[in-house]
Amino acid sequence: MKRASGLLLAALSLLLGGCDMVTMNPTGDIALQQRNLILFSVGVMLLIIVPVMVLTVLFAYRYRWSNPHKIYDPTFDHSTKLELVIWSCPLLIIIALSAVTWTSTHLLDPFRPLDRIAPGKPVTADMKPLNVQAVALDWKWLFIYPDLGIATVNELALPVDTPVRFAITSSDQFNTFYAPTLAGMIYAMPTMRSELNAVLNKPGESWGYSGNYTGRGYSDMRFKLRGFESADFDRWTAEVRASGANLDQGKLIELVKPSEKAPVMKFAAAEPGLFDRVLNRCVEPGQPCMVDVMRHDMQRGGGDPNDPHMGSGMPPGREAEPLTGDKPKPALEKAPEEKGVGPNVTAPAHGH
Amino acid sequence: MSDTLLKTIFGRLGWESFPVHEPILLGTFFVVVLLGLAVVGATTYFRLWRYLWKEWFTSVDHKKIGIMYIILAIIMLLRGFADALMMRAQQAIAFGANEGYLNAHHYDQIFTAHGTIMIFFVAIPLVVGIVNFVMPLQIGARDVAFPFLNNLSFWLTVAGAILTMVSLFVGEFARTGWLSYAPLAGIAYSPDTGVDYYLWSLQIAGVGTTLSAINMVATVIKMRAPGMTMMKLPVFTWTALCSNVLAIAIFPALTAAFFLLMLDRYVGTNFFTNDLGGAPMMYWNMVWIWGHPEVYVLVLPAFGIYSEITSTFSGKRLFGYSSMVYATVVITILAYLVWLHHFFTMGAGPGVNSFFGIATMVISIPTGAKIFNWLFTMYRGNIRFELPMMWVVAFMLTFVVGGMTGVLLAIPPADFVLHNSLFLVAHFHNTIIGGVVFGLFAAMVYWFPKAFGFKLDPFWGKVAFWGWVVGYWIAWTPIYVVGLMGTVRRVHHFDDPSFQPYFVIAAFGAVIILVGILGFVMSIVMGFVRREQLRDVTGDPWDGRTLEWSTSSPPPPYNFAFTPVVHDLDAWYDMKARGYERPMSGFRPIHMPKNTGAGVILAGLSLTLGFGMVWYMWWLAALSFVGLLVVAVGHTFNLHRDYFIPADKVAATEGARPRLLGMGA
Amino acid sequence: MTDRALDPREAAITWHHAEEDAHDHGGSATVLGFWIYLMSDALIFASLFAMYGVVSTAYAGGPVPREIFDLPLVALNTALLLASSITFGQAIPHIEEGRVGPTRFWLAVTGLLGAAFVGVELYEFSHLIAEGAGPQRSAFLSAFFTLVATHGAHVTVGLIWIATMLVQLGQHGLTGEMKRRLVCLSMFWHFLDIIWIGVFTFVYLYGVIR
Repeated sequence: MKRASGLLLAALSLLLGGCDMVTMNPTGDIALQQRNLILFSVGVMLLIIVPVMVLTVLFAYRYRWSNPHKIYDPTFDHSTKLELVIWSCPLLIIIALSAVTWTSTHLLDPFRPLDRIAPGKPVTADMKPLNVQAVALDWKWLFIYPDLGIATVNELALPVDTPVRFAITSSDQFNTFYAPTLAGMIYAMPTMRSELNAVLNKPGESWGYSGNYTGRGYSDMRFKLRGFESADFDRWTAEVRASGANLDQGKLIELVKPSEKAPVMKFAAAEPGLFDRVLNRCVEPGQPCMVDVMRHDMQRGGGDPNDPHMGSGMPPGREAEPLTGDKPKPALEKAPEEKGVGPNVTAPAHGH
Repeated sequence: MSDTLLKTIFGRLGWESFPVHEPILLGTFFVVVLLGLAVVGATTYFRLWRYLWKEWFTSVDHKKIGIMYIILAIIMLLRGFADALMMRAQQAIAFGANEGYLNAHHYDQIFTAHGTIMIFFVAIPLVVGIVNFVMPLQIGARDVAFPFLNNLSFWLTVAGAILTMVSLFVGEFARTGWLSYAPLAGIAYSPDTGVDYYLWSLQIAGVGTTLSAINMVATVIKMRAPGMTMMKLPVFTWTALCSNVLAIAIFPALTAAFFLLMLDRYVGTNFFTNDLGGAPMMYWNMVWIWGHPEVYVLVLPAFGIYSEITSTFSGKRLFGYSSMVYATVVITILAYLVWLHHFFTMGAGPGVNSFFGIATMVISIPTGAKIFNWLFTMYRGNIRFELPMMWVVAFMLTFVVGGMTGVLLAIPPADFVLHNSLFLVAHFHNTIIGGVVFGLFAAMVYWFPKAFGFKLDPFWGKVAFWGWVVGYWIAWTPIYVVGLMGTVRRVHHFDDPSFQPYFVIAAFGAVIILVGILGFVMSIVMGFVRREQLRDVTGDPWDGRTLEWSTSSPPPPYNFAFTPVVHDLDAWYDMKARGYERPMSGFRPIHMPKNTGAGVILAGLSLTLGFGMVWYMWWLAALSFVGLLVVAVGHTFNLHRDYFIPADKVAATEGARPRLLGMGA
Repeated sequence: MTDRALDPREAAITWHHAEEDAHDHGGSATVLGFWIYLMSDALIFASLFAMYGVVSTAYAGGPVPREIFDLPLVALNTALLLASSITFGQAIPHIEEGRVGPTRFWLAVTGLLGAAFVGVELYEFSHLIAEGAGPQRSAFLSAFFTLVATHGAHVTVGLIWIATMLVQLGQHGLTGEMKRRLVCLSMFWHFLDIIWIGVFTFVYLYGVIR
C-alpha cells in the first residue's frame, strides 16, 4: 500500500514537474498570499473530504451484499447524536473558513493600498507607488505610465519591490486583467474604473491575459509581463522613450479599432488624460464625456426646473434630438435593403 | 425580383447564410439528412406516423411526456458531446504556429453551443423528464395537475431545441459564451443571427420550463395520495418540489434579462449598451440570479435520486429523513443569496464579496450533511451493487472533490486567482458531471424497467458506467492542472507548448467518456434485444420502497387502479411489510384527460415565430404570432377534455398482470 | 380491533386504498397553479422594476422625468384601471350566484375601462416618441417604456381574455369551468392593478418629486 502510494506520488510529481503551475509559484506578494490562502483552505477542507472518501469506500466495501460478517440493521435510520455530528463537522469547517474569508477578503481587496511589499517588508512612507493605467482594447492591452509619460501595448514592465497601483478600464468589452504571477484578476469594464494594488518581487518574464471572452481576437489578447531590477527598469524606460512614437488622441482612435495579434508597441510620450477619455467613452472628438453627461443629468434631475440655464451646452431635454449618431440601427428599424445577410462566416464584427 | 422585395420576404436570409464552404458542417448536414431520411422512411414504412401522433406526440400522459423529454435530452446530449469532442481536439493540437483545425469563428460557436445545449437541452430536459415520469407515480397520482400544459411545455422545449439545431445549418449560432454576456451580445458587437438564435430558442424553451415547474409544484401540493403528508413525501418528490419552486422563482429573471437584451437588439433600447446610460453589469446580475440557483434546480433532484437509490439498494430506510428534507429546503433558500460569487472580480468591495463568499460556503453545510446521510444509510446496510448503486458511489467520490473546489472558489481572494480559468471550468464540470449527470444516469438505469418493463443490459450499462467515471477523471484532472498553470477559458489556441500534454490527456479522457455514452446507447439497444431475459413482470424489480414500484411495469395509463392510502414513509415497503395483496375486483371507471394536438401546434407556431424574428422575416413572425393567439384562444373553446376508462377495461388491464406474473414465474 | 369481521384481504384493501377517487381534477389545483404563475409573473415585473431602479437616473443628457411625465393624464389612467377593478368586483356576486346577464354586463364595463386605459397609454407613448423622448433616447427612457408597456401588454391580454369570456359565457353560461376561469381572470386583473400602483408610485410620482 505504502509502496503504491509512493509510486503514485512519484508519477504525479513527474507529471506535474514538467509544468510550471504559475498560480502556485508566483513572483508577486499578492499572488503569493492568495496562493497561501488556497493551500490553507484546501488543507482545512481535506480534513473532512478525506474521511468522507475513506468512509465511502469502507462502508461500500464492508456492507456489501456478499459480506456475511457484517451487521445488517434495516431499522437504523435515525440517531440524534450522529446527526449532531454530521451537521456540526461541516459547520465547524465553514466557520473556520468564513473567518479566514472575511479577513483575507478585506486584506487582499484589490482596491486597498499595499501595506507590505513582501513578508516582513512593510511599505514605508518614502516608497512612491508606480501608477499604471491599463486599458483593455479589442484585442490588446494598452499600458499608460502617467508618472513617466510613456505608454506601451501588450508589454507591461514593472520594477521589482515597488508597489504598483493599477487603474483599469476597457474600451467596449468586459475583460479581466489577469497576470497570474503578479496578483489575482480584476475586471476591466467600459465606463468603469477598477483598481489593483500589487507588487512584483522577482525579476523575470511571464504572461498576462484577458480572462473574459470578448470575441474573435480574444485568444491572442496577451501581454508580456517583465519584471526588472530598478536599474534595468530605468534602462527599459529610456528605451521606450527613445522609440520616437507618440500616443495622442489620434493614435488612440486608431488603437481602439479592433485588431488581432497586435505586436508590442512602445510610445515615448503619452498625452495626459487619455485614460479618462477611454473611461468616459469620449475617445472620438465631439463625443460628450460620460462624466460630464452624468454630472449634467444629476443637476437637472435634482435641480431647479425653472432655471433657464439648466443643461446649457447639452441637448435640451424635452425637445432633444435623439442621440443615435454611431449607434447601430436596431433590427426592427432596418429598411429591407439594410437587413444585410446573416452570413455564416462573418466579416469583422464592427468598424467604428 | 427586386432586392427590396426579396429582403422583405426572406429578411436577411440569403445564399450566403448556408455554410456550403465549411466541410465539417456540410458533412454533419449530410449525416443528419441521411439519418433523418432513414427515420422518416422507417416510420412511414412501418406505418407508425398515426401511432406516434395519437399515442405519443399528442399524449398528455405524464409518463409518455417524461420519456419524450428524456429522448430529446439524449439526442441533444449527442450533439452537445460532439461539440465537446471538437473542442478537446482543437485545444489538444492548437499550439504555437498551429492554430488547429477550427477557425475562431467556428470554435467560438462550438463552445457557446456546447454550454447552452448541455444545460438547457440536456440537463434540464433530463431532470424535467425524470421528475415528470417518477414524481406523480411516487405520490400515487394518476397524472399531473395540468396534463395539457405538460404536453405544451414539452413541445416548447422541443421547439427551442430545434431552433438551436437549425442554427447549425442556416446561419450561425452565438459566439458569445453560454450566457451571452452583454455588452458583447448587443447588436453593436454581435450583429449576426447567432445571438438571436440563442435568445429566441432559450426564450421559447424557458416558457416551457417555467410552465412545467408550475405544473409540478401544483401537482405535489394538490395531488398527493391520501395520507401522504409533507413529511411522508418520498425524498425524490421533496427534491423535485424544491427544485421546481426554485425554477419558478428564477426563470422570470432570465426571461426578463433575455427580453431586455432582445429589446436592445430589435428596438434599439439602451439597457445593456455601453452608451446612453446602459448598465451591462445588470445583465450579469440578472442571468446569475437565474444561473446559480439553476445549478440547484438540476442537482437537487439528483440528490433525491441518490437518496432513493441508496435506501433501496442498502435495504434500509434513508438515514436522517427529516434532516435530509431540511437540508434540501435550506439549500433552496440559500441558492438565492450567492449569485454574486460569479463576479467577485468586478470589484464589488470586500464587504459584499465576503457576504456572498460566506453565503456560498454555508450551502456546503447542508450539502455535507446530505453526503453523511447517504453514508450512514449505507452503514449497517445490505448493499447490492447493481448499476444504480455503483453510480451513487462514483458520485460520492467525485462530487466531494467538486464541492471542495467550489468552496475554494467561494473565497474571494482565491477566486481572484482562479476565476475564468480552466480550474473553474474543471470545477463546474466536476459538480455537474459528478453530481447531476451521474445521478441522471443512475435514475435512467433505476427507473428504466418501470418505464418499459425490462431492465437495461447490465454489461453495456457497466461499460457506460466505467466509461463515464474513468473518462471523467482522465478528462478533467489535467484541466484542473492547466487551470493552476494560469490558463483561461474559451481560448482557441495557445502559445505555451508546456500545456499541450495536459490537453492531449484531456482529449483522451473525452474519448473514454464517448465510450461511456455509446455504452449507454448500447445498453438500451441490447436491453431491447434481450428484453425477454431482462423482463420485469413484478413491477418491483429492485425491491423498491416507494409507490411507483407498487404498480405494474410499465404502469397502465391510469397508474393506479385504486388510489393508494399512505400510512408511513416508504409507502410501498410498508404495504409489502403488511402483506398487501393486489385487489382483483371492485374496479370503477377512471376519469382521465384526453389527448390533444394543441401543444404541438402552439410549439410549431412558436418555432416559426422565432425563426421569423431571427431572420428578420417580419411577415412570418407576425403571422405566427397571430396564429399563436388564435390557437391559444381557440383551445379554450374546447371543453371536451376528459373521458372515462370503463371499469371492465380497468379490470381487463389489471387482470392481465397475474397472468404475466404466472408466465414470468 | 373491534372491526366488523372483515375478511383480512378486504381489510388490507380498505387500509391501502382510498374508497373514492380522491383526485382533484379541477378547481383548486387550477387556482393554485394560476396563483403560482402570477407569482412568477410578479418576478418578471420585479426584474423590470430593478432594471428601472438601476438606470432611473441614466438620462444620458436627455429628458428627465419631470419634463415628460404628464401627471394629470397618468392620474386619469390610474383612475380608469382602479375603476375597472371595482367593476370586476361588481361581477363577483353575480358569478357566484350564476347570473349570466349581469356578469357579462360588468365584464364588458371592465373591458371598456381597460381598453380606455390602453388607449390613453398608447396616446402618451406616441406623444413622447413624437417629441424625441422615445425608448432609444436613454436607458431611463428604455426602462420606463419597457416597464409601462409590459404592463400595458398584460392588460391587452386581459382584454382578449375578457372578450373570450364574454363569448363563452354566452355559449355555456356559468358552468363550473367558466366560474373557475373567471376566478383566474379576476386574480389576473387585480394583479395588474397592484403592479400598476407600483408603476404609478415608483415611476411616475417618485420620478417627478425626485
